[in-house]
Amino acid sequence: MATRGDVATAVTTVEPRVQRGVRLPFERLKVTLVFVGSIAASLLLWELVSKSGLISETDLPAMSTTFSKLWDFMHTHAFWTAFGQTVRGWALGLAVATVLAVPIGIFLGTNDFAARAFRVPIEFLRPIPSAALIPVLFLTLGTTLKSEVFLAAFGAFWPLLIQTMYGVHDVDPLAVDTARAFGLGRYERLWRITLPGAVPYIATGLRIASTVSLILAFTAELFMGVPGLGQKVNEASSYGLTEDLYAYALAVGFLGVAIHLAMSAVERRALRWHPSQRSVL
Amino acid sequence: MSPRAQSAVKLGLEIAVPIGLLLAWQAWTVHAQSQYFPRLSTILVQFRDMWLFSQFGEHVVPSLERILLGFGIAVVVGIALGIPLGFSRWGRVAAMPHIEFWRAIPPPALLPISVVLLHSIGNVQKVSFIAFFCVFPILLNTIDGVRGIDPTLIDTARSYGIRRAARIRRIVLPAAMPQIAAGMRISLALAVIIMVVSEYFSSTSGVGYVLLISKNTFQMGPMWAAIVLIGVLGYLLGLAFALAERYFLAWHRGWRAVNPG
Repeated sequence: MATRGDVATAVTTVEPRVQRGVRLPFERLKVTLVFVGSIAASLLLWELVSKSGLISETDLPAMSTTFSKLWDFMHTHAFWTAFGQTVRGWALGLAVATVLAVPIGIFLGTNDFAARAFRVPIEFLRPIPSAALIPVLFLTLGTTLKSEVFLAAFGAFWPLLIQTMYGVHDVDPLAVDTARAFGLGRYERLWRITLPGAVPYIATGLRIASTVSLILAFTAELFMGVPGLGQKVNEASSYGLTEDLYAYALAVGFLGVAIHLAMSAVERRALRWHPSQRSVL
Repeated sequence: MSPRAQSAVKLGLEIAVPIGLLLAWQAWTVHAQSQYFPRLSTILVQFRDMWLFSQFGEHVVPSLERILLGFGIAVVVGIALGIPLGFSRWGRVAAMPHIEFWRAIPPPALLPISVVLLHSIGNVQKVSFIAFFCVFPILLNTIDGVRGIDPTLIDTARSYGIRRAARIRRIVLPAAMPQIAAGMRISLALAVIIMVVSEYFSSTSGVGYVLLISKNTFQMGPMWAAIVLIGVLGYLLGLAFALAERYFLAWHRGWRAVNPG
């Protein structure tokens, strides 16, 4: 049930960053200092809470312990293999979702009959938490990459589909009519007018879908034992290796941040020419 | 085709296609005779036997409680933090790295940690886990909503001597509400997902627990009944939220209609 609000929100949240360039150099320095200082303060707080025993070190290993654990991991082959497996599951899931969702979204967005025919099934399938499919996948596809990719692709499919449908639907009808009046054929209109118009929406969908794909790739590993960081977390959890648990969580968190930053950059690039990116004055 | 015939065909499609898909599912499961994919009719009978309402109190009520409690806490915390952050640029600069990190980390990565940290696999852990991750969409949308308020509005209120508490209640909250509601809708869907995942990881009751146990004991009927129930829950909660939003934000729709863009 994505309404216009969701889509508009997704487009406008990128906007504030554009203004940063005009600020004074001193102001920028101050921003950097507060930004870094805030991270440092929270890391220090973590260290203190653990070392002082406010939360015992067996439940919350100190920040320094956790980071040195992660550092040790980063010198092992096994860690990078697992890391690569998670990235592979994420990338394949996102790719499969994109290949399916964008063409279907364009079709449903341009064809009113098809959109109405599949409205109810989409409304019903979309809110189903993909996690509910884990037992079925576990029993049928087993602990394989296929299960992981299926789950990641299933989750990532919906935001991309909805964004593409809205994007195609939202293309300026005047532009399409003008193109028609100039005698552009159906496919040329699709290629030159509809698709470029929908690109900003698709880019936003891609950013949302990439987060979902990572969550579900990791979830598949955690719950089904598909090789990857999720399976490592599961092992650490069953052996009660709390320090490992925290180190892996940090690694997954950094991976998530990296993917989010990369996809936001892609989105900004795709939106560069879009009216929401132009300064008003 | 006349417009009238067109809309008749569309309505026909809208009704016929979902029914066709359900029939296809039934036909396929009858034909396939697969041990993992019981007939749709079997699933529906199982659904009625389990959820209407013999095990409703035992498993559905705990899950619903966790979702609603976690979501409720997230709404209060998200709005309470989001309003001051929306007004304070330096607050935002300081808070953003934390918000971005916790939003980017896949929630299941913290499931085992939450169990260790809270010494619980019961409601304390479930509710706080759901609340923690549901805060972020609401928080970010509240910040955006507050930032989008016309500063003249707030300056005018201030120059009329309206006090801060009244300013927030009468001006800031209503003005940011449409955007906050958009965040709440995302969080509610998230709450259902996190409920399932956290119950599937470790619990002694709930829909996710039924899912896990029936998988482990190869009871395909109850497993599919649980999957269908989770789908229905997600759908109904979304629908209920959409209706509530329509009712409470009716003024906003009307306002948008006369001030487009």
